[in-house]
Amino acid sequence: MPEQESLTPRQRQDLRTIAAMMIPASSEYRVPGADDDAIQADILRTLGRDTGPVAEALDDLARLAGMPLADLDEAQREAVAKQFRSSGGAAAATLIRVVLQCYYRDDRVLRSLGLELRPPFPKGYTLEQGDWSLLDQVKAGPQKLRKAR
Amino acid sequence: MNDPVDVLIIGAGASGAAVAWSLAETRMHILCLEQGGWMKPAEYPSTGRDWEARFYGDYSPSPNIRARAEDYPINEDNSPIKVVNFNGVGGSTVMYTAHFPRLHPSDFRVRTLDGVADDWPIDYDTLAPFFAENDRMMGVSGLAGDPASPPTNPPMPPLPLGRSGVRLAKAMNKLGWHWWPSDTTVATTDYEGRARCINLGHCTPACAQGAKASTDITYWPAALRAGVELRTHCRVREILTDEHGMASGVVYYDKDGIEQFQPAHVVVVACNGIGTPRLLLNSVSGRFPNGLANSSGLVGKNLMFHPYAQLYGYVDEPTDSNRAPPTCLWSKEFYETDKSRGFVRGYAFQFGRGIGPVMEAVMSEAKGILPWGPDHHKVFRKLNGRRLGLAAICEDLPEEHNRVTLDPILKDSHGIPAPKVDYTIGENTAKMLEHGIARGREVLEAAGATDIFINCPILYGGWHLLGTARMGTDPERSVVNEWGRSHDVKNLFIVDGSVFVTSGGVNPTSTIQAIALYVADQMKRRLANLFD
Ligand SMILES: Cc1cc2nc3c(=O)[nH]c(=O)nc-3n(C[C@H](O)[C@H](O)[C@H](O)COP(=O)(O)OP(=O)(O)OC[C@H]3O[C@@H](n4cnc5c(N)ncnc54)[C@H](O)[C@@H]3O)c2cc1C
Ligand code: SF4
Repeated sequence: MPEQESLTPRQRQDLRTIAAMMIPASSEYRVPGADDDAIQADILRTLGRDTGPVAEALDDLARLAGMPLADLDEAQREAVAKQFRSSGGAAAATLIRVVLQCYYRDDRVLRSLGLELRPPFPKGYTLEQGDWSLLDQVKAGPQKLRKAR
Repeated sequence: MNDPVDVLIIGAGASGAAVAWSLAETRMHILCLEQGGWMKPAEYPSTGRDWEARFYGDYSPSPNIRARAEDYPINEDNSPIKVVNFNGVGGSTVMYTAHFPRLHPSDFRVRTLDGVADDWPIDYDTLAPFFAENDRMMGVSGLAGDPASPPTNPPMPPLPLGRSGVRLAKAMNKLGWHWWPSDTTVATTDYEGRARCINLGHCTPACAQGAKASTDITYWPAALRAGVELRTHCRVREILTDEHGMASGVVYYDKDGIEQFQPAHVVVVACNGIGTPRLLLNSVSGRFPNGLANSSGLVGKNLMFHPYAQLYGYVDEPTDSNRAPPTCLWSKEFYETDKSRGFVRGYAFQFGRGIGPVMEAVMSEAKGILPWGPDHHKVFRKLNGRRLGLAAICEDLPEEHNRVTLDPILKDSHGIPAPKVDYTIGENTAKMLEHGIARGREVLEAAGATDIFINCPILYGGWHLLGTARMGTDPERSVVNEWGRSHDVKNLFIVDGSVFVTSGGVNPTSTIQAIALYVADQMKRRLANLFD
């Protein structure tokens, strides 16, 4: 079995719940939540070397919740998430990063941000020259290089 | 056994490539052993939609996170600054940001001028022709005439100011402080087979366009054409010596993991400020019980990093963000000593342009400014693409307790003891960082930025690895002499950042390479009596 599919069903369920708490869907911005099927599939497909710490973070979350996160009421869920975020250490940081890196490359999300749906290479971008006369003031200023002798 | 070579260079990075190219004209048999391989630009992160994510994985600048087969682990638990590097043909220039200032003339005379540390045994003027040669070979973009930097003559025009540069330049003008477009090794025109920069904006984890000068695309093709041999995936374990105390060759593991001996008449070490002391300390023998070239006891000591104070804030219009190389402007306003500031020596400001959406999200979430829940979207749209930043790069003074030793437990994949770094930020540098934070805040406020945040020191900011095999005329106080030759082993040379006596307050690679070219030049001039 490939490494990225090694999260257990329970871990996947909690991953989806915590992702939705991080980034819920928004009709105002026309974006899905981070619990969206395509984004969750992207996370699982590309988990790779992060599988270990993410599984560890989800186990930590499960311990804090004592039951599937989705089964807690909203206030309890918020309290668990708060504790997880403040005390989860490197594993929690990895889980959060993995959710964010997959969310912010989703086509629908990039479109909503006004960004192009492509990697930087090979098209690149254009960088405007800007106003080089701004440098006149510096050119007119003093020589600042310290003498070494 | 392998046939002996005239010159064996260890490490194919910034300095190893420069020295190989320069020595090639001697027509000697020159071999370079490099633990990494050739890079494949078509596989670089900016070619894929996961370009930002890979910065946290197989293209992390941290060898401990990246953990490729070519990397070696580093115990850096006892350091507030973590080492970043790259191991492959091109060395750390594959990953560097291409900011290319030179050390100033005053940086070579700190004891005379400011009464701290030591003067270098060479001066700026000695290196000047090699700086110029290196600028040509690496291909530097910039603008001549900076009143606060040593004179240069870059072969290509500077990078555009862009929106971020204009905003920062106006702020600096308002404050009346010096700024100038940075010299960079990002090609702004097509240059000697390299394509010009197309603003992929992701220079640090390697440039897919080939516009950023890493030495695998600058020095190496020229050195190979001139007859230098480069053997990749060869990790050197130790340098051996003969009964006369001369280096006789090296033991290395080849690409199949097989132990080999490579005899050589001259050995040149170019493994950087961590890899070089590690190799020397691993080269223990009856005659050299404390490691090779270490009669002074200074191998591994005086490690200098350049602690960075990074500040950033957000403005009310889009910045260049990730759609441009991160290099932009520098300022030398606070570079030279002014004792009224409460510290000696100084720092340069390095201005940035912004970052991409994933990094913005990850960093802002970690700082607690990007909330979870319904407000996430609104806040992210205020942050994304509007970041303006700068960093004070502070001169680190040499202190012997800042050091590289061998870890008693940690080993690399070949079982070779790994380096251990012990490092604390010195008092003078700490004051400089505080000063840089206060002035940096003024700049960002003058640029109209709000919500200003600080990273001090930058945790994964150990990119400049200096001082661990220092240069000097006194064998009791230095590891190599004034032309890079070991005081103890007369056919052993060191050409990387280890030989720095002091660090200056600018990125070091231009100076590292100028020194490598200078040492090569000295070797060529002294060929007849190199070992006297
Ligand atoms: C993320 C990042 C950003 C940076 N930005 C800048 C910048 O903007 N400007 C600047 O001036 N500098 C920058 N630097 C620093 C710059 O890359 C280094 O100063 C420069 O590359 C050092 O050159 P070097 O020859 O000393 O070592 P390196 O370029 O690190 O080369 C050392 C080589 O030796 C090899 N090696 C080590 N040990 C062995 C062994 N035992 N056997 C075989 N091979 C070995 C390594 O694999 C490596 O290829 C940056 C670095 C990083 C990582
Ligand atoms: S911005 Fe320019 S130099 Fe940097 S990666 Fe892109 S093309 Fe290369």
